[in-house]
Amino acid sequence: MTSTSTAFAKARAEGRAALVGYLPAGFPDVDGSIAALKAMVDAGCDVIEIGLPYSDPVMDGPTIQAAAQQALEAGVRTTDVLRTVEAVAATGVPTLVMTYWNPIERYGVERFAQDLADAGGAGLITPDLTPDFAPEWIAAADARDLDKVFLVAPSSTDERIALTTAASRGFVYATGIMGVTGTTQATAAGVAPLIERTKALSPNGGADLPVSVGVGVSTGAQAAALAAYADGVIVGSAFVRTLLDHPDDRAAGLAALKSLTEELAGGVRA
Amino acid sequence: MTGAGSTYDADALGWFGGAGAFGGRFMPEALMAALDELDIAWQKAMVDPTFTAEFEDLLQNYAGVPSMLYDAKRLSEHAGARILLKREDLNHTGAHKIRNVLGQALLTKRMGKTRVIAETGAGQHGVASATAAAYLGLDCTVYMGEVDTERQALNVARMQLLGAEVIPVRSGSRTLKDAINEALRDWVASVDHTAYLFGTAAGPHPFPSLVLSFVRGIGDEARQQCLDLTGALPDAIAACVGGGSNAIGLFAGFVDDPEVAIYGFEAGGDGVETGRHAATIFAGSIGVLHGARTFVLQDDDGQTVESHSISAGLDYPGVGPQHAALAAGGRASYLPVTDAEAMDAMALLARTEGIIPAIESAHAIAGALKVAKDRPGQTLLVNLSGRGDKDMGTAMEWFHLGEAGEKK
Repeated sequence: MTSTSTAFAKARAEGRAALVGYLPAGFPDVDGSIAALKAMVDAGCDVIEIGLPYSDPVMDGPTIQAAAQQALEAGVRTTDVLRTVEAVAATGVPTLVMTYWNPIERYGVERFAQDLADAGGAGLITPDLTPDFAPEWIAAADARDLDKVFLVAPSSTDERIALTTAASRGFVYATGIMGVTGTTQATAAGVAPLIERTKALSPNGGADLPVSVGVGVSTGAQAAALAAYADGVIVGSAFVRTLLDHPDDRAAGLAALKSLTEELAGGVRA
Repeated sequence: MTGAGSTYDADALGWFGGAGAFGGRFMPEALMAALDELDIAWQKAMVDPTFTAEFEDLLQNYAGVPSMLYDAKRLSEHAGARILLKREDLNHTGAHKIRNVLGQALLTKRMGKTRVIAETGAGQHGVASATAAAYLGLDCTVYMGEVDTERQALNVARMQLLGAEVIPVRSGSRTLKDAINEALRDWVASVDHTAYLFGTAAGPHPFPSLVLSFVRGIGDEARQQCLDLTGALPDAIAACVGGGSNAIGLFAGFVDDPEVAIYGFEAGGDGVETGRHAATIFAGSIGVLHGARTFVLQDDDGQTVESHSISAGLDYPGVGPQHAALAAGGRASYLPVTDAEAMDAMALLARTEGIIPAIESAHAIAGALKVAKDRPGQTLLVNLSGRGDKDMGTAMEWFHLGEAGEKK
């Protein structure tokens, strides 16, 4: 079992969903993002996603894009992302990197996989890389027991969901809405059919592959509603927003982040 | 479909030049079903005589295609080689772009979708998209980098008059690449009723092949017109390359004629050595951008580097994957042309032939003039991809035009 699936199994044993929290590395700066991510761990995130800031994000809405752009303008590098992973993974919480594909190709797929594993990272979430175009990553990940988190969407055909779940490891990421992050809100009624289809089309009927819902989730009440269907609830833009809202007061930003994490952690336990 | 028998056709997953080489589909899963739907609809349409007849009819009776092949005698005298111009600037809306959008808009109707989105740099693709949407009764939204809305204000006004909504994009470098990002985000949220009229032969599969299928008439016509006019194929062909749709359209007609040399001219901006350019193949490296593996201007971390060109239409840090394959395979040569060289060529064509080219097309003219030095007396066929009306603001500034009196 990988560390990610262990975290999901633990949550399942407690009769609840797992809370997956996202922040981009290097926002507001590298040390600031490490502090923020550790605060999210302390306040109840079961799994951490660290975004690799990228110049041309397709799935990100304006909130995450603004944070990533700020990080890039401050000079964040791929090596800084790995340093952030190392610091957060040291807490014992499974830590994945969410990244668009080009920075990994540029770094070198084998080299990145090895450096990620060496940093204690659990795997990758790849919003613009689907299993049919990922043979190199799949081989590199499998060689190092890294998780491969691919996405399914409401528009996915049954055939593609089966392809995606067969290739995923750690969990499968179900996008709650047809849209980008931080825009419209996902609802349990809206996303339940996708979760059901995904479980039904997963190997072993979904027994081994948790399904987490992300994109369009920002409140404890939403987390509670979605936790009734999904194994995990993923929150990104709402966390980023708490830091963007306190640009000049880091302590206040961290306090708001802690408070939101607690609300969401309460939600997945409701 | 993309040039039967050519070595440079895509395989089923959209790879050019062999599996995993160039092209592919690096896109969010949310768009995969739509891209598959588009691929299937396009492939069916291209073998449906009703669709192809309607497309041909629109091209001939609405867009003014085939465009003529023009024997540019005074320019030839200047160049020392015979220069033939494929006059895509004479098409309706003033560029080769109309071929692509009429094809894609017809396909949109056939797929039962009611809205189109498009990205535009110079505005030519936006104007063409707004035109096709107006003609076919589709809603139209065009994303345009804020920088480009300022330097191409006339085309913004054209799109608006045609009924399109123009959305300025303020993220990133506020140019074409960011307009593409924003259009893709719109598409993720609207894919059930919206088609994305991709403006160039780049992007995820099937766009490079699909766009080529609609613009390949440029090359097929030019090939036959050249044979009719001169009794032989040209010794070399040339086109400007940003994303590369006009170029791939021209090249498609000659790619299987090994005796014809193929040249693509990229935007060298201030000079490749300055770093301020858009010479993606000449000075870039292999990466993934906007859904395809191709040549990209990027830094050591794979972050896209902002491109620069005086021509908004060439100001793009990526390039269509088929060009990448043609370059890697050695079939075509891609060379940079600076802003200054392009502007000189713009003035030269205006003054020798009475034709004001788009600054994009002026890059091809400038490049052809260089090639002509090595090919005295040979025949060079150049794609004049668009007309220069939209670029008069830039030309006025560059040449200090607009004041009566002394000749500039």
